[in-house]
Amino acid sequence: MTVDVHWSVTDTPKNHAAPLLSVRHLSTDFVSAEGKVAHALEDVSFDVRPGETLGLVGESGCGKTTTMMSLMRLLPAAGRITSGQVLFDGKDLLALSENQMRGYRWKEMAMVFQSAMNALNPVYTVAEQIREAILLHGVMDRSAADKRVEELLDRVGIAKTRKNQYPHQYSGGMRQRAMIAMALACQPRLLFADEPTTALDVMVQAQVLELLKTIQRELGLAVVLVTHDLGVVAEICDSVVVMYGGKVAEYGPIDLVYNHPQHPYTQRLLEAFPDLNKPGDVLASIPGYPPRLNALPPGCRFEPRCHRKIEICASVSPKLIDVSQAQEEGTLRGKKEGELSSLRHVAACHLCQGPEVTY
Amino acid sequence: MSERWTLLKRNLLDFWKVFGRNRPGMLGAFLLASSLFLAIFAPWLTPHKPTDTMRDANGKAMTFASPAEHGPLGTDDAGRDVWTGLVYGSRISLMVGFVAGLLSMVIGSLLGILAGYFGGWVDNLLMRATDVLLVIPDIPLTLILVASVRQLNLGVSPLVILILVIGLLYWTSTARLIRSQVLTIKERQFVARARAIGAGHAHIILKHIIPQVMPLIVANTVLIVSTAILVESGLAFLGLGDPTQPSWGTMINFAFDRNAITNGAWWFYLPPGLAIVWVSLGCVLLGNVLEEMLNPRLASHHLEDESHMVARPATESAVKG
Repeated sequence: MTVDVHWSVTDTPKNHAAPLLSVRHLSTDFVSAEGKVAHALEDVSFDVRPGETLGLVGESGCGKTTTMMSLMRLLPAAGRITSGQVLFDGKDLLALSENQMRGYRWKEMAMVFQSAMNALNPVYTVAEQIREAILLHGVMDRSAADKRVEELLDRVGIAKTRKNQYPHQYSGGMRQRAMIAMALACQPRLLFADEPTTALDVMVQAQVLELLKTIQRELGLAVVLVTHDLGVVAEICDSVVVMYGGKVAEYGPIDLVYNHPQHPYTQRLLEAFPDLNKPGDVLASIPGYPPRLNALPPGCRFEPRCHRKIEICASVSPKLIDVSQAQEEGTLRGKKEGELSSLRHVAACHLCQGPEVTY
Repeated sequence: MSERWTLLKRNLLDFWKVFGRNRPGMLGAFLLASSLFLAIFAPWLTPHKPTDTMRDANGKAMTFASPAEHGPLGTDDAGRDVWTGLVYGSRISLMVGFVAGLLSMVIGSLLGILAGYFGGWVDNLLMRATDVLLVIPDIPLTLILVASVRQLNLGVSPLVILILVIGLLYWTSTARLIRSQVLTIKERQFVARARAIGAGHAHIILKHIIPQVMPLIVANTVLIVSTAILVESGLAFLGLGDPTQPSWGTMINFAFDRNAITNGAWWFYLPPGLAIVWVSLGCVLLGNVLEEMLNPRLASHHLEDESHMVARPATESAVKG
């Protein structure tokens, strides 16, 4: 049985908005110089609505950053998007010319890079680099841009006396805040954040996350947060995509995925996360390594490492299953009608029960 | 705007503070500056014209007069003042050296940046062309080119031909050097950020690539200038200079042709020879120091130099104890 999932059909005010970004069946390959092909992404689909924070989690090499770079169309030379659609406000970004795409970058979709130190050019002052982003899109003249730079820095808590300093004169947290200021420079509607807190210590991490969260609320931004920190996801995300080996393993509202994980991979990931209420618990671990992208297993990509595998897993790749119906009676009964998320909870596993999802 | 100036001033001052303490660098700068001084102020440094014949009290031309008999540096076979020749010769040698050096630097940098930045077939095409030029021995190639272009009688000064040939042939090492640097810079994340903010190729190259390779370009220009001066001297010595505008190389060529050596007139060939050494040593010293200073990765790591160490390295016995 197949059901058609319309992400925006249900009527809760929060989820009523049409998705700002719809990713459909996105597949990306990397071709090496010798012509070998690695399937970095396969059939990735998800939605982000205005005001929603989506977490993209998974271990290194699962395709988180590749997804983001594919969406911005900033893949390295070896990367090719082989199929799919990236609908931004209804427009397919993959069909745009490079010049049209440049108009979208930063103006509509901006990005906070993993390491602000590396993402800032060491030979320019911070103010110059923020102004560069503003001036490139030609929305204002130089003096207006200068004013805007001061506003932005003020917004992220950097004194304007420090705007003419170079990136190396900033602390790690300040650099990341300057990156956030830069990301807001052209008032984008969508913000990508690629592990924005990875290189920072815990205190500064908390500050930066707090800043991201408040800015996101104030401006109603849609945010895609790439991270492998499940705690960060729990704290600020509304929904989460768990990726494994270049595919979506599980996708749904954060509370459903965290409280009722359906995919064995998600289950193990969450069991590997220490529970403060049960100190001394032995944490789960997942044996083995992620699959090599040029030698993927024929069936489910997680099958070689899965603790619950059955016979079919080795040969047949699982389809995305809508598991929310099965759960609604049970877990969501207590919730009021309005709180029901229109977002379906889906998982790609043979063990899951429910209708198959098509987009 | 004033902010930019204060920044620039501060950066230059910082640079000067470090540079001023670098002895080889200061020596190189002095050698180069003094020869530039000669070239610029030539007419004020000598009372004669380069073509004037020196005559003694009887009106007889003074040929091969030793420094003891005439002027600071004696005279040549035609009785011309060697010091005057040296001073005016510096104009020709330096002019050819600088213009040809800059020309090859511009060509080399441009091709290196294009090849490194765009990669793919652009890179292949440009680098294979570079390889072809690199494998042909320079001196015979330059000789043949200069000689055959002069045969065409295009009515241009031999100096222009020299400048063009040197400039158009000596860019290969620069192109490779710049290309390799651009290859590493374009992979840096700030270039990815520049693309993400919607910058095009021209903006990225001008604003992000060139400022990063500029130190290398500056340091290399100085080195290439010295190569150009040496090549010009060599070609002029072989008779391919402009006899009406003698450079230092031409002077040595004259001295050689007119048997200065058998006549024992060392003052005829030694000064231009030493002048060439003076300038190229200056360029090489300055160039190496600039390269090292502006590109800190080339310097040996500061921790390896004991004089900069915070703590002296533990000796073996101390580690054991």
